[in-house]
Amino acid sequence: MSTIVHPPSAHPKPGSLGERPEHSPDSPLSVHAMTVAYHRKPVLWDVDYDAPPNKLIAIVGPNGAGKSTLIKACLGLVPRASGQVEFWGEPYRKARARIGYMPQRESVDWDFPVSALDVVAMGRYRKIGWCLPVMKKHKAAALACLERVGMGEFAHRQISQLSGGQQQRVFLARALAQEAELYFMDEPFAGVDAGTERAIVGVLRELRAQGATVVVVHHDLQTVPEYFDEVILLNMRVVAAGPVASVFTRTNLHKTYGGRLTLLSEAAEAVARAAGGGE
Amino acid sequence: MPDLAELLDVLTFRAGFNTSLVVAGTALLGLAAGVVGVFALLRQRALMADALSHATLPGIAIAFLAAGALGAQGRTLPVLLIGGAISGVLGVVCVQAMLRHTRLREDAAIGIVLSVFFGVGIVALSYIQAHAPAGSAGLTRFIYGQAATMQPSDVRLMGTIAAIAILCTLLLLKEFALVCFNDAFAKVDGWPISFIDLAMMALVVLVTVAGLQAVGLILVVALLIIPPVAARFWTDRLWALVLLAGGLGALSGYLGSVLSALLPRQPAGAVIVLTAGAIFAVSMIFAPARGVLASSIRRLRLRLRIAGEHLLEAAHDENAVELTPDRIGRVARLRGWSSPFRILVLASLRRQGLTRTAPSGLVLTAPGVDRGAQVSRKHALWAQYLISYADVAPSHVDWSVDQVEHVLSPALVAELESKLASRGITVPPPPSTHGANA
Amino acid sequence: MTTLAYAFDFGLDLFPLLAGTLAAITCGLLGNFLVLRRLSLMGDAISHSVLPGLVIAFLIVSTRSPIAMLLGAAGAGVLTVVLVELIKKYGRVEAGAAMGVVFSVLFALGVLLIEQAAVRHVDLDADCVLHGQLETLVWFDAPATLAELFRVETLAHVPRQVWTLAGMCAAAFVFVGLFYKELRLAAFDPALSTTLGFHAGFMHYLLMVFVAAATVAAFEAVGSILVIAMLICPGATARLLTDRLGAQIAWSVALAALAGIGGYLGATAIPELFERDAVNAAGSITVAAGVLLTLAIIAAPRYGLITKALRRRRMARTITRDDLLATLYRIEEAAPGSRAEPVAIRELTARFPARPLRAAARDAARRAFVHADAHGLTLTEAGRQAASELVRRHRLWEHYLVEHVGLHPDHAHPTAEQLEHLPPQPPPGPTTDPHGREIPR
Repeated sequence: MSTIVHPPSAHPKPGSLGERPEHSPDSPLSVHAMTVAYHRKPVLWDVDYDAPPNKLIAIVGPNGAGKSTLIKACLGLVPRASGQVEFWGEPYRKARARIGYMPQRESVDWDFPVSALDVVAMGRYRKIGWCLPVMKKHKAAALACLERVGMGEFAHRQISQLSGGQQQRVFLARALAQEAELYFMDEPFAGVDAGTERAIVGVLRELRAQGATVVVVHHDLQTVPEYFDEVILLNMRVVAAGPVASVFTRTNLHKTYGGRLTLLSEAAEAVARAAGGGE
Repeated sequence: MPDLAELLDVLTFRAGFNTSLVVAGTALLGLAAGVVGVFALLRQRALMADALSHATLPGIAIAFLAAGALGAQGRTLPVLLIGGAISGVLGVVCVQAMLRHTRLREDAAIGIVLSVFFGVGIVALSYIQAHAPAGSAGLTRFIYGQAATMQPSDVRLMGTIAAIAILCTLLLLKEFALVCFNDAFAKVDGWPISFIDLAMMALVVLVTVAGLQAVGLILVVALLIIPPVAARFWTDRLWALVLLAGGLGALSGYLGSVLSALLPRQPAGAVIVLTAGAIFAVSMIFAPARGVLASSIRRLRLRLRIAGEHLLEAAHDENAVELTPDRIGRVARLRGWSSPFRILVLASLRRQGLTRTAPSGLVLTAPGVDRGAQVSRKHALWAQYLISYADVAPSHVDWSVDQVEHVLSPALVAELESKLASRGITVPPPPSTHGANA
Repeated sequence: MTTLAYAFDFGLDLFPLLAGTLAAITCGLLGNFLVLRRLSLMGDAISHSVLPGLVIAFLIVSTRSPIAMLLGAAGAGVLTVVLVELIKKYGRVEAGAAMGVVFSVLFALGVLLIEQAAVRHVDLDADCVLHGQLETLVWFDAPATLAELFRVETLAHVPRQVWTLAGMCAAAFVFVGLFYKELRLAAFDPALSTTLGFHAGFMHYLLMVFVAAATVAAFEAVGSILVIAMLICPGATARLLTDRLGAQIAWSVALAALAGIGGYLGATAIPELFERDAVNAAGSITVAAGVLLTLAIIAAPRYGLITKALRRRRMARTITRDDLLATLYRIEEAAPGSRAEPVAIRELTARFPARPLRAAARDAARRAFVHADAHGLTLTEAGRQAASELVRRHRLWEHYLVEHVGLHPDHAHPTAEQLEHLPPQPPPGPTTDPHGREIPR
């Protein structure tokens, strides 16, 4: 029984994931070895990612792959089981003012008694501050954001009277109103018509031209090469990440969508049960 | 039965000091409850307020006993209310704890806290009553309310609480709206949502505790829920909602206590809640924005327009300009119109100037012919689209076209035209007889 | 200690005890389905809104005829459900708010009508609504001993209220028994239920009618407000004790009976201990139900807080012990000649906190996995076997995570550390792990 002993952190074997990405302090988003669990069941294993600045980045993967979870964990909406996230080398609460967020459309009740302008103005609340009302200049800024997404004439429309694509644009306008350098968008293209899709892509390209970085959860593989510069292929862990040209390959897509991870899911279930005791 | 003079006296605060006190106090309570209740409603925590109010009972009884044990006069209102507030908040804490640490759901947790705390309160009350320490007689008034015995100090307290509640709500209006609408966004943006939720809950506690005396703990939740729900039927704008909810709450309090003053023996709390209920019913039925009647009328108008367009289209497709009884009957049978509906459709067409009565019968006017042609074209466009793009078998096209052709907007029509054009299919626009396009 | 001055007085106590317990059992039984379907608050709403139904029945019939009261309650129950659905659908109001509107308006109506009833000298007062009047139920000619209770003559003199409650209780059991599978299906999957022909809406209304009827039957015993505790608490408590519906129903009935008897006796006996007058029995029953629930939350065998904490601790201990064995194995592996040499404890303190380490060492020694002496710990043969199995699983997991999942080797290790302790078997792999070490067979 002879053994070959190597020191623990040996060279990675061929075939396994390449070098750990360098974490640069200039990167708008740096995720280090992040694991996220929902109800103690791991849904994201050991995510490591560095976003290059000033790019449009897509996160794609099958249902249940943890795409939304990745964004939410970065933003602190969902607790991390382990790992760290840094924005320009700083923790979230220091970098907050430079970050914008567009949640999924389904996450709100669109029958809420507010107009499109009111919703967009919510993006300015941080700048307005506690207890102070929304003044004319803030409303004007909000209106400008609405016009950028082509919704200027709907400013005073009640949000329940807007179509799905219009509602999506209002959410986008709200994120723009936050005047950020890094944007997270959760399924901005879900369920929108062609016109809205064109409008949103236009806004994304404008943002890139202005120097911002945009991370987008995207579900339509067809349009990834056309709309995005970088892509993260995600299926409970990062399968591959990098420029679209090199990473968005058939092999990688097969690995992402191939569904060979039943054992990992079983293991995740076991971890959950062990930790939670059958709740 | 009270006469008109009496009624006017009460309405204008001239019917005696006590009555005026009650009317003023309950109006203020209604105002505060309406304003605060808007956000409980929008945050979907309406029934948490119910649990809260029932959970105040043990606190009141224990505060009474504790105050008595410490030698103080147990019956002072602030002491009792503070006790009520503490146990009410404890109840809410228990609900949250149950949600976090057990598999029980929110409805069960609220029901459990509501009933068990209330039971503890009843036991405590019965203990107090059996041993009859001085001043315990009035404790049960917190259950049903006894607005009629309001003192000036009580009204002052009510007024102060109302002012605090309204001021805080106005100051934090946008923060409350933000958290109620999209708390994830608020959290990402850096707002402390636990603190904001806590502020909302504190205001609910404040108003609940203030209302205990007037309408009792079982019914105070009514003042928190009913005016905002009623106000929602009248407006879609948040500012207006808050103002209106406060107004309707004040109105319920005002009218309710006026009525109860005029009809002695009727417990004021119950009358106030019934007044609120009546206001709710009127709002739900008659409010122009979201009321049932207005919605039904809008729906009817839409159905009439569509039905009228079917008639016009039928005439156009047969290259005719008369709406003969035969033609009308055919369409009516096909679409299952009742006779009254048929009459309404014809009347609507006439009213819109799309038909007129000629010696030969019902005839399409020029605009009517135009409209018929346009609808017919939209029909053709959509049918073509379904066949060419959506691979729908031609035999199945008619049903969905029927629904869609009436609601295609000009933008959509343009998009259809361009899509079909890219496949070399055109459906020529109808010649306009009058130059008027829909 | 004062002698137990309390004696069960059949005349004063039997009747209320029976009434309270029967009421508790009836509500507890029906309440299971409310809790399952997340309709507890509908039970709350109905228990408030039966009041006007009751009072109207009184006003019409002018006596406390049980049939009239039950009809009034059933009507009020149906009305509540209908109104809530209408408001939700046509008013676009959310469920909680709709219920709040309906039950508070109906309750206010009831309170108003009680005043009317008082005017007409019909005997119904507001306190009765709150907490019933168990204390005033007196059974004249009550049997003097338990044996006498079961004689036929006694049964002929049982007060009407007990018969009503017993009847209602029996009806509830029959209902649940007959419709068991329909109720269960409608609770779990209403859509499927309807497609299978057991119209879920109908079951819903039927259940609510029974709840309303139970509320009214229990009215005299515990008042309509405290009924809600009996509707929810036993079912919720049972939910914490078991996962199977049949067991849950059995438990809830038992718990309800316990709350009824215990609550009543508590209301009368405990104050007597302290030489005080009895407190309100209905409230006491409610408190008893709450106490049982709290006990279950803390101490339930599977879902209780104590059990969960103990389980977590046990798991942590097992993991530490296993980690200790695996560490000892790896130390042996790294220096093949040192097999028989004990490993000093202080060499291990770098990796394990002191106290868990000692506990784990004791545990491992107890199971004969290690031999512990003054110099340190040595693996026994059995221990070596156990450790080798662990290390095998660990390295197979590492292989899988790196090769198939694509994790970086640095990260495969901590993840495999977790997985090695858990049931799923790692997939079979080669003989060496990603770090080049041998994978034991």
